[in-house]
Amino acid sequence: MGRYAARRLLQMIPIFVGTTLLIFLMVHILPGDPIRAMWGDKAADPAQVAALRHEFGLDQPVWKQYIDYMLNLFQGDFGKTFGGRQVIDVMTEAFPVTLRLTLLAITIEIIVGIGLGAWAGLKAGKAADSGVLIFTLLVISIPVFVLGYLARFVLADELGWLPPNVQDSTNLAELFLPAFVLAMLSMAYVARLTRTTFAENLRADYMRTALAKGLPRRRIVGVHLLRNSLIPVITFIGTDVGGFIGGAVITEGIFNVQGIGNLLFRAIQTSEGSTIVGVVTVLVLVILVINLVIDLLYAVLDPRIRYA
Amino acid sequence: MRGAKSAKWVAIAGVVALGATACGGGGEAGSDDMNKGSADPKGIVTAQLSEPQNPLQPANAKESQGSRVLRTVFATLVDYEPGTGKLQYINAESVEPNKDSSVWTVKLKKGWKFHDGTPVTAQSYIDSWNWSANVKNNQTNSSWFQDIKGYEDVHPEKGDPKADKMSGLKAVDETTFTISLNGPVSYFSYKLGYDVWAPLPESFFKDPKAAGEKPIGNGPYKFVSWDHNKLIKVRKNADYKGPNAAKNGGIDFKNYTTADAAYSDLRSDNLDWIEQVPTTALTNYKQDLGKRAIDEEYSSIQTIVPAFYGKQFKDIDPKVIQGLSMAINREQITKTVLHNSRTPADSFVARGVIGYKAGAAGDIVKFDPKKAKALIKEGGGVPGNKLSIQYNADQDHKPWVDAVCNSIKQATGVECVGASKPTFQADLNARDKKQVKSFYRSGWVLDYPVNSNFMRDLYGTTAAGNTSGYSNKEFDELAAKADKAPTLEETVKLYQEAEQLLVKDMPGIPLWFYKVNSGQSTNVFGKIPYGQDGDPIFTDIQVKKK
Repeated sequence: MGRYAARRLLQMIPIFVGTTLLIFLMVHILPGDPIRAMWGDKAADPAQVAALRHEFGLDQPVWKQYIDYMLNLFQGDFGKTFGGRQVIDVMTEAFPVTLRLTLLAITIEIIVGIGLGAWAGLKAGKAADSGVLIFTLLVISIPVFVLGYLARFVLADELGWLPPNVQDSTNLAELFLPAFVLAMLSMAYVARLTRTTFAENLRADYMRTALAKGLPRRRIVGVHLLRNSLIPVITFIGTDVGGFIGGAVITEGIFNVQGIGNLLFRAIQTSEGSTIVGVVTVLVLVILVINLVIDLLYAVLDPRIRYA
Repeated sequence: MRGAKSAKWVAIAGVVALGATACGGGGEAGSDDMNKGSADPKGIVTAQLSEPQNPLQPANAKESQGSRVLRTVFATLVDYEPGTGKLQYINAESVEPNKDSSVWTVKLKKGWKFHDGTPVTAQSYIDSWNWSANVKNNQTNSSWFQDIKGYEDVHPEKGDPKADKMSGLKAVDETTFTISLNGPVSYFSYKLGYDVWAPLPESFFKDPKAAGEKPIGNGPYKFVSWDHNKLIKVRKNADYKGPNAAKNGGIDFKNYTTADAAYSDLRSDNLDWIEQVPTTALTNYKQDLGKRAIDEEYSSIQTIVPAFYGKQFKDIDPKVIQGLSMAINREQITKTVLHNSRTPADSFVARGVIGYKAGAAGDIVKFDPKKAKALIKEGGGVPGNKLSIQYNADQDHKPWVDAVCNSIKQATGVECVGASKPTFQADLNARDKKQVKSFYRSGWVLDYPVNSNFMRDLYGTTAAGNTSGYSNKEFDELAAKADKAPTLEETVKLYQEAEQLLVKDMPGIPLWFYKVNSGQSTNVFGKIPYGQDGDPIFTDIQVKKK
C-alpha cells in the first residue's frame, strides 16, 4: 500500500504541470485586454495601460510568464491580483468558506441520502421505495438555480424561517440554506445509488450466512450490509467533495457565499490570470489527493481489494 | 397510487408557494410609513457594494465601487449641488480663475484636519496630485491631471517620468495654491469635484499600499476596516467641518455577489440600500416595495455609434444615420423591453448636466417611419442594406439591441442584427482596435456636470473617448473656442451650438438616459437622496430611531 501511494503521488507531478500549463495558456487566449478593461467605456490612457501591463508582467512573452509564475509558485508566491493583493491571501479567505459549506452539504447529503436510500432498499418494491423514487426523480429534474431561487423565495423571503443570504460563513443558520440546496441533487443520486446496492446485496450469499448464523438484524444491516454497499456510494461522495470544493458557482452566487466558486467566477470575468491559475492549481491538487484517498478507502472497506 | 402521491406533493408545494406570494405581495407594500418616527443621528446605514477592484487610493477608483467608499472618506475642494449641478465649495474657500481661465487660485478653508490629526494644507493637495499623476504609481485615473502644466514630465507617453512634480502646481502659503493649466479651460473648477482631486496626508506617501487598505482622509466619515469581499466600515467623523456632515452614525458597505441576493436582503431588512433592482424584479419591485421603491434618473446616456473607419460608414451621408435614428421607437422600447428603466433621450447631453437643453436633438430622435425611410433614401441608402450592433453578452444588452434592430427593420426594411461579443473585454478590444464593422453600443456617465463632457470628450477628433474615428473640423473649432471662453455661461452656450452641429452630422444615435431602479429598507427615515451620478448622497441618509 505504501508503494502504491508513493507511485500515485509521483504521478501527480506531470498531471500538475500539465494542467497548470493548460490553464495558463487558456487564460491567455481569452479575448481582450484585462488592463484596458479597467477603464470600461471611458477612454484608457495608453501610457498608464503600458505601465500597468509591465507591473503585472503582461508585456512578457507567454512562455516567460509561465516560467516566472512556476518559479515563484515553488517559493510559495502565487502572484498578485490586479488590485495589488496577494493571491494567496485572497485564497485563504475564500477556501475556508467553501470548505465549511462543503462539509455541511456533505453531511446533509450523507445523512439524508444514505438514510433514504437504505430505507428504500430495505423496502424495495413497496410504497416507501416508490415514494423515494418519485422524490429523487423530482429533485434530479429541477435545475439547481430554480431550486435555489425557489428555496430562498419560499423559505426566506416569504416565510422568513431562514436568513436569505450568507453574511458570516461561520454562522450555521445562514449556511444551512445554500448547503441544503447544494446537497439536494447529490443527495438524490446518493439515495438512488444506496437503494440499488442495498437491494442487490440483500440477496447476497453472505447475507444469508449472517442470517443463518442467527445474528441480530441490526448487526446484519448496520455492519454487513451497509459496509458492503458503501463502496460505490463513497466513490460518488468523494468526487462530489472535489466538486463542491471546486466551488459551486451557481449556488454560491445565489446565496452570496464568498467562496472559491465566486472568486473564480469574478476572476474569470476580469481575466485575472494570477487568481484563476492559482485557484485552479490548488483545486487540481485537492482533487488529486481526494481521489487517492478514495482509492485507499476501498481497501479499508473491502479487505479483498489490495494495492501493491 | 404512485401517481396520486406525486401529484398531491406537487399540488401542495404549488399551493404553499402561491399562498406565500399572495401574502407577501399584499402585506409589504405601503404597510410602513418611511416618514413615521424620528431619525437616529447615530444609526448605521447598510449599503450594497461589490469588492473595489483597486486599493482605495483617490485616483485609483475607475469603477464605481471603490469610488463610492472613497467619496465618504475624502472631501474634495468642491462638489455639485444635487438637482442643479451647480458648484458648491466643500474644502475650498474659493476657486478663482485668472482672466483667461488658464491659472486658477485655490484658497482652502482653515482648520481642516485629516483623520489622523494632521492639518490639510495646500501642500497636501499638491503632493497628492503629483503622486497620482505620476505614471509610475499606476493610478488608473492619472490622466485626469493632463490639463495641468508639467503633466508630460511626470506622465510621458513613453518611458520613465522626467520629474516627480508638475510645474503647474505652486503653494502660495499654508492654505493657498495656484494651478497653471496648459491652456484656458473655463470649467476647470467643475472637474475638481471628482474623487481623484482629493488631498492626501503625509503618512500616505510613506506606504501608499497600506494607505490603500486603510485610507486616511479628510471627509465626513473615518475609515474603520475593510474585511475583503465582505464588509467595509466607515464611521462618522465628529470633527468634520464641511457643509456635508453625516446625518447618520456611519455606513456598513456589505458585499453581495448578485443583485438578486442584495434585493432579497433588502426585502428582509438586512440591507438598507441596493445599487440596482435585479432585472428579474424590474416588473414587480414597485409592488414589492411600495413607496420604498426608488426610481431616479441620472446623468448618463446610451448611444449606438457608427464605426466611421469601416467600409459601411466611411463616407456616409449623415441623413442616413438621421433616418436610422428616426426608425427607432424609443418610447415603446423603454416602456416594454426595458421596463421603464431608461427614459428616451432627447439630446446628446444627458439631463441634469449644465447645458442640457430639452429637445436639443429635435426631430431626429422622434419615431417617424415615413420620414426615416425618406431620409435614408435621400442619403443614398444604407450600404449593403444591412446593419449590425455590437454589444457584449456578459451584460444585459441583448434585449434592447434586438428591440432596436427590430424597430429599424420594421420601419425601414433595412436588415439589422445584434453582433455579440462574449465579454466586455472582447467588446472593448474590437472597439479599440477599430474592428467594428457597423454600429457598436456605447455608454457614458458624466465625469463632471458640464455639457463639454458629453461633447468634446466624446466627439472631438483627438478626444480619447472618441473611438469611432469621427472627425468634424467645424465641431473641433467650436469646441476649442468654447473652452477658451471667459465665462462658464459662454462656454456652455458655445457647446450648445456645437450640439446642433452634431444633430446635423450624427456621430452617434442617442438612445436613452439611464435610471436608477432601486429601493430602501424600512429602517431608512425619509427618502434616500440621490446625486447626479446615480449614487445616493450617503451623508444625507437618515436612519429611523428604534
